[in-house]
Amino acid sequence: MAKNKIKETSSKKQEMVLMQGNEAIALGALAAGVDFFAGYPITPSTEIAEILSEELPKKGGKFIQMEDEIASISAIIGASLAGAKAMTATSGPGFSLMQEGIGFAKMAEVPCVVVNVMRGGPSTGLPTSPSQSDIMQARWGNHGDTPAIVLYPNSVLESYELTIRAFNLAEKYRTCVVLLSDEVLGHMREAVVLPDLEKVKIINRIKPTIPPEWYKHYKNNPKYISPLASYGEGYRFHVTGLAHDERGFPTNRADEIETLMERLKNKILHHIDDLVQIESYMMEDATRAIFAAGISSRAAKEAVNILRKAGRRVGMLRPLTIWPFPDDAVRKYLFDMKTIIVAELNQGQLSRELKRVMGGVWNYSKQKKRKIVELQKNNGEIITPEEIVNLFREVR
Amino acid sequence: MAQIPQKVIHKYLRHEKKFPHVWCPGCSNGIVLGTVIRAIEDLKYERDNIAMVSGIGCSSRMPVYVDFNTLHSLHGRAIAYATGIKMYKPHMKVMVITGDGDSTAIGGNHFIHAARRNIDITVIVINNYIYGMTGGQFSPTTPTGDKATTSPYGNIDSTFDICKLAIGAGATFVARTTAYHAIEAKKYIEKAFEHKGFSVVDIISACPVIYGRLNKKGTPAQMMIDMRDNSLPIAQYEKLSEEEKKFKYPRGIFVQENKPEYTEKYAELVKMFQKPEEQGK
Ligand SMILES: Cc1ncc(C[n+]2csc(CCOP(=O)(O)OP(=O)(O)O)c2C)c(N)n1
Ligand code: SF4
Repeated sequence: MAKNKIKETSSKKQEMVLMQGNEAIALGALAAGVDFFAGYPITPSTEIAEILSEELPKKGGKFIQMEDEIASISAIIGASLAGAKAMTATSGPGFSLMQEGIGFAKMAEVPCVVVNVMRGGPSTGLPTSPSQSDIMQARWGNHGDTPAIVLYPNSVLESYELTIRAFNLAEKYRTCVVLLSDEVLGHMREAVVLPDLEKVKIINRIKPTIPPEWYKHYKNNPKYISPLASYGEGYRFHVTGLAHDERGFPTNRADEIETLMERLKNKILHHIDDLVQIESYMMEDATRAIFAAGISSRAAKEAVNILRKAGRRVGMLRPLTIWPFPDDAVRKYLFDMKTIIVAELNQGQLSRELKRVMGGVWNYSKQKKRKIVELQKNNGEIITPEEIVNLFREVR
Repeated sequence: MAQIPQKVIHKYLRHEKKFPHVWCPGCSNGIVLGTVIRAIEDLKYERDNIAMVSGIGCSSRMPVYVDFNTLHSLHGRAIAYATGIKMYKPHMKVMVITGDGDSTAIGGNHFIHAARRNIDITVIVINNYIYGMTGGQFSPTTPTGDKATTSPYGNIDSTFDICKLAIGAGATFVARTTAYHAIEAKKYIEKAFEHKGFSVVDIISACPVIYGRLNKKGTPAQMMIDMRDNSLPIAQYEKLSEEEKKFKYPRGIFVQENKPEYTEKYAELVKMFQKPEEQGK
């Protein structure tokens, strides 16, 4: 386990440290107040478990290595219901195993964070190489239909920040939030200055204040989210993965099921503005753009810099929130682009969404065709700035 | 009019919950529910402090009816969910209600590893030799040769002895009884709850509607009589010849031993980092 010694983070002046992406995720989790981690080793995410196995006992937090990933997601859901800020970290194969549990956390509305440091797939695939091929799995992986909150940073510092945000959103929206990373991001080292802990905004789940007899932990309200009690604190509530009524009891009544399913959908879709984060880079006067996330967006940014030097009006749009997909932002920034290059390490998962939002290649407002060019790599290598630049020169 | 006696069980059933329950007439699940509740009443446990976790199955429907902290989790995963609760709040009494399929087929991995850790969780297996909820497919405890909807010609699989499995994996309290022996069952459940460590009570039960019907076991009452006649206290069972043993099974406490418990070991670990004045808090 090669890593920096973890500093006491309450120090006055934040110093610059050299840090790995996975380390930043572990430290971000600690900053967010994680006090329960259950996991099963898998490359390239293991450092997160290793660091937390060292740090959590020091703070009285709980670390447990489970027998597999199904057990890991199950344990964090159990712990969260007992009041924990709980998390697990894995990669492709383990992420697949966790899907049933992730669906449970969404259905039963149990806050938790699942980190997936993406590696090449399918199957055992490329354990030590990056990919971005779980973008769709993160959205549609569990059976049943309900939206997902999925974040994807592109730097070590952002890995730290978005881990905190993942916890905040999980607590606020009472759901399982997935934080994507990738093998390069997870293992890459960068010099970072972590934000002052006192200035970090932490959101904790709302707990009930009413008498237990009145408590309905799935009651609808204008925000679609009800307070969540913890086991062992006087509210003896029932939790199930079955379709349930306001008190969590199983139901077959269409009206009750519809209320539940609509609420699960609306609590996310009606808070898009709070959830969506994007980065637009040099888009003000751009006529052509690159759309990319995570590790590929770093090549995209560099490509923009190179092309700008050559006088080309090129910009980049990057989603930090992958799901819910930033439909409006994508439309706002990219609709009138003449050419859009979508650069990603998979067979077209982001570009598929982009095309859905754009409604295809016809720009009806300009009565012109736009070019949507897919730059995909699926061989364990990352996309380079030069590849993007060359592609731009080719397609114009 | 005669006064309706207030039963102990009513104190623990959820008033807001819509009854009737889902179980068939003659099913042993209700007997086990009553037994668990009477054990808790006699042990005077705080309801707020009890977590009852289950997987998926007929047996696993139990938590919804009782007024504890209840979690009806996923098929096979109850012990892993329970592990999270127990780890985070070690002062809670955490129990798992599960079926033979839930605990030893899909959930077998969690069963053996929780036993290995010796985490203080009580697992009550309602062992009815069948997948009840899905309509009667054979389970890891369906006797070889018996019929199920997926073994129409008789089951060719070998069976698990849940107690031996638990012992082999390191459980520190292991007992077997039957739904017929409800008083004995209550005693074992109490001992299991009081035991510090991973405890398993294997309760042989009747699913008259599916297993019983497919295998011509007669009425629910007949299935209870069979439990009485086919099971023997361990000492008596041991005296039987190998031939006689084929038709009987032992009841009793197989293992009861003290070994370091997992959450206590973890607490020791945490103590290493506490300042002396914080210790004991
Ligand atoms: C992952 C998964 N696979 C299969 C099922 C279907 N299923 C529900 S209950 C059950 C078997 C239950 O049998 P057992 O645990 O013995 O409990 P019983 O119903 O007999 O009490 C199965 C296979 C499921 N719910 N989830
Ligand atoms: S199917 Fe069998 S196990 Fe299920 S409730 Fe009916 S009798 Fe009980």
